[in-house]
This record gives sequence, C-alpha cells and structure tokens, in this order.
Amino acid sequence: MFGILRLAYKLLVNDKAKFTALLIGITFAVFLMTEITAMFAGVLNRASATVINIGARIWVMDPSVQTVANTIGMPDYALDAVRSMKGVKFAVPLFSGGALVKLQDGAYQSVNVIGLDDTSLFGRPQMEQGQIESIYAEGAFLVVDDSEFPKLGNPKIGTVFELNDHRGVVTGIAKVATSALFGVPSLYTTYYRAIQYIPNPRYTISYLLIEPKNESDIPSIQKQVQALGYLALTREQFETKISNFYMFQTSLGMNILIMTIVSFVVGLSISGQTFYTFILENLEKFGALKAIGTKNRELVLMILFQATFTSLAGYGLGIGLCTLATALAKMRLPDYASRITYGNLGLALLMVVIIAAMSSYIGVRKVLRIEPFDIFRG
Amino acid sequence: MGTVAIHADGLNKWFGEGEARTNALKDVHLDTTFGEMVYIVGPSGSGKTTLLSVLSGILRPDSGTVLCEGADLWKLSNDELATFRLSKIGFVFQDYHLFPRLTTAENVAIPLILRRTDWDKALIEAAKYLEIVGLKGRANLPPVKLSGGEQQRVAIARAIISQPDILIMDEPTASLDGDTGRSIVAFVKEKFLNANRCILIVTHDARINEFATRILHMEDGRLSNEERHQNE
Ligand SMILES: Nc1ncnc2c1ncn2[C@@H]1O[C@H](COP(=O)(O)OP(=O)(O)OP(=O)(O)O)[C@@H](O)[C@H]1O
Ligand SMILES: [Mg+2]
Repeated sequence: MFGILRLAYKLLVNDKAKFTALLIGITFAVFLMTEITAMFAGVLNRASATVINIGARIWVMDPSVQTVANTIGMPDYALDAVRSMKGVKFAVPLFSGGALVKLQDGAYQSVNVIGLDDTSLFGRPQMEQGQIESIYAEGAFLVVDDSEFPKLGNPKIGTVFELNDHRGVVTGIAKVATSALFGVPSLYTTYYRAIQYIPNPRYTISYLLIEPKNESDIPSIQKQVQALGYLALTREQFETKISNFYMFQTSLGMNILIMTIVSFVVGLSISGQTFYTFILENLEKFGALKAIGTKNRELVLMILFQATFTSLAGYGLGIGLCTLATALAKMRLPDYASRITYGNLGLALLMVVIIAAMSSYIGVRKVLRIEPFDIFRG
Repeated sequence: MGTVAIHADGLNKWFGEGEARTNALKDVHLDTTFGEMVYIVGPSGSGKTTLLSVLSGILRPDSGTVLCEGADLWKLSNDELATFRLSKIGFVFQDYHLFPRLTTAENVAIPLILRRTDWDKALIEAAKYLEIVGLKGRANLPPVKLSGGEQQRVAIARAIISQPDILIMDEPTASLDGDTGRSIVAFVKEKFLNANRCILIVTHDARINEFATRILHMEDGRLSNEERHQNE
C-alpha cells in the first residue's frame, strides 16, 4: 500500500508547476479565511469584555439594551424587587458608563468607568498592585492594566487626575482577562462614587447582577424578571446577544461572511481547477495503470491521498502564515484584536476538507470512468 | 505442441448503437500454446486491438469465453481481473504510456510496486531490466529524454519486469524505423520467449514477419484460422 502512495506522491510533487499552484491556492484561501474569522472572533470577544471580566451568572437589563456599551438605567426599586425573588441568592447593582479624564499634563482622555457594588465589590478585578480595599479611599479609582493603559500616561499608585471635574486618585492597578473593544482605558471604582462623579439620568443602575441559588433556578428567575419588565440573561446568553448584535445589526458580520465565502470560493476554484487539470493531464496514465492491473480502489486511494496531502500542506502553510501575520501585527500594534480560536482553525479545516473532497470527487469520477480499452487503442 | 495458453471460443463484440452499430468480433475462435509468438495481422478497423483486449481481460465481450491458463476470464470480478492482469500479463501499449514525471527506473518498477514489492527493491530490479533492454545508465532520466526506440524498450522492460506468462504487444514497431523495429522484436523473442511463455503481437509491419511462429489473419471481425508458419 505504501508503494502506491509513494507513487501518487511522486506523480503529484514532481509536477512542480501544478503542485505549487495547488499549494498557493489552498494556502491563500486558508490564510484569508482564518485571518478574517480570527479578526472577527477577536472583535466579538472584546465586545463582550465587560461581561467576561465581571463574571456574573445572570445579567438583568432593560430589554432595549443591545450591547454592553449602551446601557439604559434601571431604578433602585428593581434591585429591591430582584433581591426578593425566589431562587436569588444575592443581587447587586453595577454601573458602567463613559467619562472624561483630564490628565496631569492637561490632556483629555475618554475612559470607561465600572462601579462595583459598595458592600460586596462583586465582579472585583484581580490586583496587580495595591489592595482591592483601597477602592474605598477618598476619590479612589483602580486602573486596569490592559492594552489601553498607556493612554492614561502609564499611571502609578498615587497618580492624581480629574474625572468630570472631580479629583480622582489611582489607588491600585488591576489585571484584566480581556481588554475592551472600544480603545479606551477602564477604571474601577465603587458604585456610589461612580454615580456621584458621573452625571446620570434619573435611573442609575446599568445592570443588576444576580447569583442564583441553583442553576435550576435560572429559568424561574428569568420569568420573574420578565414580569417586572426587564430582561434577565445568563452570561452566555448575553455574550451571544452581543455577538449577534455585531454579526447581524452592523455591517461587520455580513462583510466577514462575504469575505469568508469569497476566500473559500477563490481557494476552491484555484485548487479545484488545478487539481482537475492535473488529473486530466494524467488521465491516460491512470488508464494505463488500470490496464496493467491497478484496482479502482487503489486509484481512488491515490487520488484521495494526493488531494489530502495537498490540502493539509496548504492548510498548514495557511495557518502558519496567519500566525506569522498576527504575531507581526501584534508586535507593531499591541491592541490588535485578532484571535485564532479553535473555532477558526476548525472552520478553515472544514473548508479545506470540502475543497479536497470536491476536487478529488471530480478526479475520482474521471478516473473511474476511463476504459483501459480506450487507452490500449490509443 | 505445448500446453494451451489461451483458449477463446465464440467471441462476439459489438460497438455503438443503431446505424453506427458495428460487429467488431464475429464468432472468433482462437487457441494459443506456450512457446508461441503469434502475430495477428489485418487491415485497419478489422478488430485486432479489440481481440487483444478481450483476450487479456481489458474489454468484456458480448458473448463467448476466454480461458486463460485455465481461468475463465470473463467470469471473474473486476478486482479479480485486475489481479489477473497484474500477475499474468505484460502489456506494451502502442504509444508507450510512460509517466513523464517519473524516472525511467520508476516507470519500469510500476508493476512490481503495484504488486506490493518494497520500493527500493523494485527500483533495483528495474535497473536490472533496463540493463537487459540495453538502457544501462538511463535509470534516473525522465523518459522524455530518451529516443522513441529507447522509450519502447522502457515500455518492454515495464511489461516483462513482473515475469508475466503472456506478453501482449499492439503495434510495437509502428512508430519506429525498420531496423529499430526488427531489432526490438528480435530482442523480445530472444530474451522473453521460452516454453512457458507466449507472445501475442498485433502488427501491420511485414518487415518483422520472420520472427513469428504463427501468423493469423483478421478481416472485418473474423479471424481466419488458416495459419501460416513462417518456416513453411
Ligand atoms: N469504443 C468504440 N466505439 C465504437 N466503435 C469502436 C470502438 N472501438 C472499436 N470500434 C470499432 O470496432 C472496429 C474494430 O476496431 P479495432 O480498434 O479493434 O481495429 P484494429 O484492427 O485494431 O484497427 P487498427 O489497425 O486501425 O488499429 C472498428 O470498426 C472500430 O471503429
Ligand atoms: Mg488497433
């Protein structure tokens, strides 16, 4: 069996021009598909950064909220109502909103402020420097050390700034798992300081965070919240909602979809066409092999091997190229959002498998149809 | 007479439909024995290639039987037929059908590789056969670098490397000049033919008639069984 595969390999690789064209086609398609979907995955991940970082099990919001960035305030009585619901272990308010910081050098910088519940500090970040309790100090803010951190002039503990004309002081540096999409630094403070410092409409609670007593209580909590006129989503549901918003309510998702399809079609046509020409050119020889005594099954095996080998080589090259491009981009742009997830790799692999399957299907059909008699007759 | 190599009876083969329907083989009967070098001659379109194909397990007849070394060929499955061809029959095609992207030695080694011989062993064996056909030192060249006669010898080396019992050649000298054609046929007869082997050749080329042990005539799908030994 190995000898036949080696024969197939030689027939393929020794045809340097076609083999190169095949590799380039697949590499190019894989590169484009992975690059584009990775970028999209990166964007989606960042769009849900707050949800991921706070980590609450259930998020209650106004039903009109579409992404984590556009919050609609909820009144305090909603908090009391939720707290008394069956199945709720505890519930806390969360503030999330934009503000303007004036740095010591006089420059202004927009920031996103997250106000944590004063008593529990639920959703607190991990600290890199300083203590979480320092958040209770006069005018205290924790700065998140993400890729946006330098935009605040790389502050240290004790750095003073103005936030909407109030004095603020950095009392700690927080670590964060996922940085946000919008390119502005994030600050943590307490809920009450946040609503004091940042002018608000009548209602001040951006989100209510609920911890259920049991996973099984979630559906009933969602129903009770709905009866109250609000929307309760699990963390996963909220992330999906945000993803869906970017995918379907902005042109982003459609463009990504179009680009992915285009790169798939380009890859398929280049490689399919080249592989088809390769088979056609060797068709008589395959016929001669058949006459000599090669079984159909063995010919199919040879073609499948050729298609699989080319596809996997192209896949590897494409992914390699993509990783390289991402690494280079991240060197120059620390903010670069691209994320190569297993999902991206799987999607590209699936497409490559489809390309290989379709190309070899055409080849196999051709080769199974040749009559060795026609070859013999010349 | 030696033992029977091929026994064929009542072979019929039609091609095409309606107006274009032709009867390429008409009730053909044929017996060949080992030790023979049989020529089949006749005008173009008389059915010579069709007959060779039916006898060697390449083309299924519409009726009739072929017993090849006792095996009833057209009762075998497609896979069994392939195995039969691989182990018993060597083919030399009219236009060689060598793989241009493989070396000469790799081309010759193909039947052994198909028979699961280890790659390196097959190539060593191929080099030996290239030496036998007078192409020593050409093992690593691609076949396109060789002349027509040399390519024909590569095709012969490929046909005989697996030591088949029956060698089938269709117009082996058609694209060669007279002297080259004669020397190739003489060579095959000398190196390959023995009491346990049989060669079937289709040819138009009267210049090689002297090598035949028997010449059969074909006309319009009929094989005349009046034989003419060249020594007669
Ligand atoms: N696949 C086919 N479809 C239709 N007709 C065919 C086919 N193959 C052969 N024929 C017809 O069968 C007849 C015999 O053909 P065959 O090739 O056996 O002749 P031949 O004696 O080998 O001729 P040549 O000397 O030109 O090679 C011819 O009339 C040919 O047109
Ligand atoms: Mg013919």
